[in-house]
Amino acid sequence: MGKGSTPLLKVESLAIRFGGLVAVNNLSFEAREGDITALIGPNGAGKTTVFNCITGFYKPNQGTVRLQRGERSFELQRMDGHLIARKAGVVRTFQNIRLFPGMSALENLMVAQHVMLMRSSFYSVAGFLGLARYTKAEAQAVELARYWLEKTGLTSYADWQAGSLPYGAQRRLEIARAMCVKPILLCLDEPAAGLNPRESDDLNRLLLDIREQERISIILIEHDMNVVMQISDHVIVLEQGRAIAGGTPAEVRADENVIRAYLGAPEDEELPDFVETET
Amino acid sequence: MAAQSHHPSHSAAALIKDALIASVVAALLAFPLLGFRMQDSAQGLSLETRLTWVLYAAAIVFLGRLGILVLRQQLAGRNFRISLPRPGFLSSVFAHETRTIIAVLLIIIALLLPWLPFSDRSLIDKATLILIYVMLGWGLNIVVGLAGLLDLGYVAFYAVGAYSYALLSLYFGWSFWICLPLAGLFAALFGVLLGFPVLRLRGDYLAIVTLGFGEIIREILVNWQSLTGGPNGITGVARPSFFGLPMLPPSGDGTSFSEVLGIDFSPNHRIIFLYYLILVLALLTNFFVLRVRKLPLGRAWEALREDEIACRSLGLNPTTVKLSAFAIGAAFAGFAGSFFATRQGFISPESFTFIESAIILAIVVLGGMGSQIGIVFAAILLVGLPEWFRGLEEFRMVTFGAAMVLIMLWRPQGLLSHREPTLRLPQPAAEARKHG
Repeated sequence: MGKGSTPLLKVESLAIRFGGLVAVNNLSFEAREGDITALIGPNGAGKTTVFNCITGFYKPNQGTVRLQRGERSFELQRMDGHLIARKAGVVRTFQNIRLFPGMSALENLMVAQHVMLMRSSFYSVAGFLGLARYTKAEAQAVELARYWLEKTGLTSYADWQAGSLPYGAQRRLEIARAMCVKPILLCLDEPAAGLNPRESDDLNRLLLDIREQERISIILIEHDMNVVMQISDHVIVLEQGRAIAGGTPAEVRADENVIRAYLGAPEDEELPDFVETET
Repeated sequence: MAAQSHHPSHSAAALIKDALIASVVAALLAFPLLGFRMQDSAQGLSLETRLTWVLYAAAIVFLGRLGILVLRQQLAGRNFRISLPRPGFLSSVFAHETRTIIAVLLIIIALLLPWLPFSDRSLIDKATLILIYVMLGWGLNIVVGLAGLLDLGYVAFYAVGAYSYALLSLYFGWSFWICLPLAGLFAALFGVLLGFPVLRLRGDYLAIVTLGFGEIIREILVNWQSLTGGPNGITGVARPSFFGLPMLPPSGDGTSFSEVLGIDFSPNHRIIFLYYLILVLALLTNFFVLRVRKLPLGRAWEALREDEIACRSLGLNPTTVKLSAFAIGAAFAGFAGSFFATRQGFISPESFTFIESAIILAIVVLGGMGSQIGIVFAAILLVGLPEWFRGLEEFRMVTFGAAMVLIMLWRPQGLLSHREPTLRLPQPAAEARKHG
């Protein structure tokens, strides 16, 4: 179903251990350009760990994470976290929202444009002197922020303290903030967690819009199968650090390994509603 | 009568019991504080006991507590409690516009201070001292208030600035105006030097390392005798000149400040000049901080305080953000330090002990982290009060401590802790305003 055919992100034989615990074991998968790729799996399957490897928060013990950005290719596992966002254009959100809670929503979006603003203000010197060069760049940054505030329905919250926003609004603000970095790949860690059904539908629309209009590829971790099945182009199922299945939502839904993983989990794992128990 | 009260009326016995407990606590506290007094006589030191004072203290607390309880009960029915103004009080009084007005008023008062009828040499001296701490507070505010890096060794940069000026003027004979930027630069270098080893630390751990750093600098000053004069310090640090005109008694060759201006020489000229000098330096610091807050660099500092991991995920390099905060914060301490050296004419490691760092940090915290005006009031309280309390002799520090405790009970978040966003969304659409 994926529209793009070129692989944007290629993870190859990735492994990471914490002491004796093997969190991710010889994992390989691809995320294609223009796709929404979903990582699903039971709790503790290693989904967030994979994210942390992609975005530079963990260094894997083995394997490569290669990102193709135009002509340039980046080996993300070798790069510092901030360079992955700055140079490679991979930006993430967090499972437990990480906004700048004491700053206003708009300020959060301005911080996201820090790199651009620093450069255009000669590391703030031009801004300090009040040169037109900086004023113009700042006005542009505010416009981009306004654009994303509108898209996420947060315009009226612009001057609110980010930490005092309602939960759903905080989730959307985190996505808006990530988009203000102008990424090519957006990594969302459980964006629908804690949202009510209406908010979760809004989220689906927002993510589809990001893919269609902004042409940004997305990788997401999600437990909400409503979100996963409706918007993903490609689903990868992890269990105990390995990929046990991959394909379109329909393929994954019918995959025997997946059904076994969810049904046969030792803890009474909730049976997701996408698993069709047809005979 | 007390139908709506949260405090049901107590019997007289319960009130007396409450007051008795308070007076026992007071007596226990007063015993070591008031009960003994060192007596310095010809035979040497002797200890005098003053147990009656303890009884007085207990009696005062007993009566006072009883009075408060009775009053409270009387007023309870009227839904009125004796209490300090509500915590929101100051923030609402100090709304944005009011704050600007107060800031302007403060600056006008500060500018006119030497010319007010009641001002004398000692007042200007005190004001100069307070301004030094205001400047240090504003400088430390960058590191602690904005970037959220708890620094307990800030006085080290103050010392570096002071010694840079003293040594440069001593060995090279350079003037204050050349040394001032150099002192700031050296202090900034030391800021980076401190910054590197603590890049991975936060909170308590960072505080411990910075505390150690402050002590290291002081120890170096004490022990590097050949350069710094050790514990004896450096005497005869050059006084500042009025842009090249020395502020000295007329020497006859027509080069001193009073001769060139054709006015009578007065030692007060230098005092007033020093006062204006630190006022300008402090205001420059303030201007810098207010301006940089609205720039990418300042926002990055605040973002770092809020969430370092989120910063990294957005492409900000936490290393450079931290180092820039340390360096720029230290530079202002360096400027203040060289002013201190030129004002005193004498510096020694004694002036740069941990207690100085603690006072500067207390000014920032008490002022309300990140609030510029709050720091002014906190500096007046923390530096000014002990000076004006000198009349209270041995109770000076007790009074000071009590004032601190009261303020922290009243406003644990600092005097002025309200944060204004650095920019607001310009609103072209009318419908957006409806929701806001």
